[in-house]
Amino acid sequence: MSLDMMLEWWVNNDRLIDLLITALGQTLAMVAIAGLIGFIFGIPLGVLLHLTKETGLLANKATNKVLGTFINIGRSIPFIILLVAIIPFTRIIVGSSIGTAAAIVPLTIAAIPFIARLVEGALLEVPAGLVEAAQAMGAKPKQIILKVLLPEALPGIINSATITLVTLVGYSAMAGTVGGGGLGDVGIRYGYQRFDAVVMMITIVILVVLVQAIQSLGDYLVKRVDHR
Amino acid sequence: MIEIRSLNKVFHQGKRAIKALDDINLSVSEGAIYGVIGSSGAGKSTLIRCVNLLERPTEGSVVVDGVDLNTLPSNQLTLTRRKIGMIFQHFNLLASRNVFDNIGLPLELAGVNKQAIKTKVDSLLELVGLSDKKESYPANLSGGQKQRVAIARALASDPKVLLCDEATSALDPATTQSILELLRKINKEFNLTILLITHEMAVVKSICSHVAIIGDGKLVEQGAVGDIFAHPKTELARQFIRSTLDLSIPADYSARLSDTKTENSYPLVRLEFTGASVDAPIISQVAREFNLDISILSSNMDYVGGIKFGLMLAEFFGTPESTEQAISFLKENKIEVEVLGYVA
Repeated sequence: MSLDMMLEWWVNNDRLIDLLITALGQTLAMVAIAGLIGFIFGIPLGVLLHLTKETGLLANKATNKVLGTFINIGRSIPFIILLVAIIPFTRIIVGSSIGTAAAIVPLTIAAIPFIARLVEGALLEVPAGLVEAAQAMGAKPKQIILKVLLPEALPGIINSATITLVTLVGYSAMAGTVGGGGLGDVGIRYGYQRFDAVVMMITIVILVVLVQAIQSLGDYLVKRVDHR
Repeated sequence: MIEIRSLNKVFHQGKRAIKALDDINLSVSEGAIYGVIGSSGAGKSTLIRCVNLLERPTEGSVVVDGVDLNTLPSNQLTLTRRKIGMIFQHFNLLASRNVFDNIGLPLELAGVNKQAIKTKVDSLLELVGLSDKKESYPANLSGGQKQRVAIARALASDPKVLLCDEATSALDPATTQSILELLRKINKEFNLTILLITHEMAVVKSICSHVAIIGDGKLVEQGAVGDIFAHPKTELARQFIRSTLDLSIPADYSARLSDTKTENSYPLVRLEFTGASVDAPIISQVAREFNLDISILSSNMDYVGGIKFGLMLAEFFGTPESTEQAISFLKENKIEVEVLGYVA
């Protein structure tokens, strides 16, 4: 598989190129939207998990247990199964069980517990002494969360975002199962099922570049906010 | 200003109950610098954390500036804590904020406007001598600078009381002195009551007016620093006082030291001067009256709160009889004498 072959192919395959561009757009949409909504729900859940721990600021064993159990259930279902298992729910949310939008729902559902656990881990890195210092200076619980815990954990949270987005890129390859499109779907249908090695290679190259880009951006942002 | 009454704290570790504080009574008057000294595990950290209720006492009351903290609902407690500053052994500065924003944090929490925060923080930066570091992040500061930032932060909300939890234990001796100097300065300037805990008698000696000694969760002795140094009643107090005077026998001497007297060997004695000792030029008196030659090996005398005290290691060269007489003369003058052995 030389570079020449790919270039030659590129010149002779307008239609497939359009297909790849559309697929890239679908992948980006799925990852970005699922990631965004995932964070909107996942961060508060992660914070809640951290706070309700036995030694936490709002220690509450029952809440922590229930939350932890739900998150573990969410994380233990293989994505390909989750994708089809929640089809009725998907239909309620987006009105259809096929297409890119329909793939975003299970992607989001999978992302939320994943993010919650990562955020919980990031918060764990904040030294307990800082929370104590804030309590000693008369900070209310809400102020401790917003002015101490989250800003101090920000490098870790950005790191979690990077990991989540890369994972979602991987998950999105399964979106083809429900007609969600995307690069992974092109790879399977054109590359694997039609034995087109060139298409397979190109989708892989694009995915590699995409993942590299996400990781580099994440690393750059962490470096900017990390003053430790 | 701080009134601690019958304070008990019990920790539960599995089924075992551990009594960390046992019937503590402590009273710190306004403007005092009060030191609590104890070894690690003695309960001193728990004690200071009970003063602003970072740790809830199991029993007893903590009254700060007339308010019994233990009876306050949590939102009231939060507001009251703003009048009790605290600094820590490991500084506990926010890594995500620069020096200026760290110091401004308590004001931000209290909802003070930006302009007022700037004025206050700038004046505090000047007070602690860090005006040129306001844009720096804690990671780029030395330990002493970090503690200065922490002190400025603790002072931001004009507290009446400052709690220092082993504030100098992570610092080198020179930096420790400069931080203690700063504490003394703010104590004078703002009439700020300071309660500090430490395991170093040197800290107590250099800034405290009063001291309490804690061991095994109990306060075994408390009073004015001078009194405690002069008349330590407990062995624990004596140990801490001695710890400020590090006097050990040089290695080559201890090699030549034997328990029994032989011909041509002379006693090595340790003299301990306490507040009770007669204040007179006693060494030269002994030398003259008992016809002794005294060779001082090492000596460490100090002066705290009007009391002279110290330790001395010396060899007495003379006849056994005169040595005997000299030792009993010293004892009459309330100097503790211990014969460590005989050096050939």
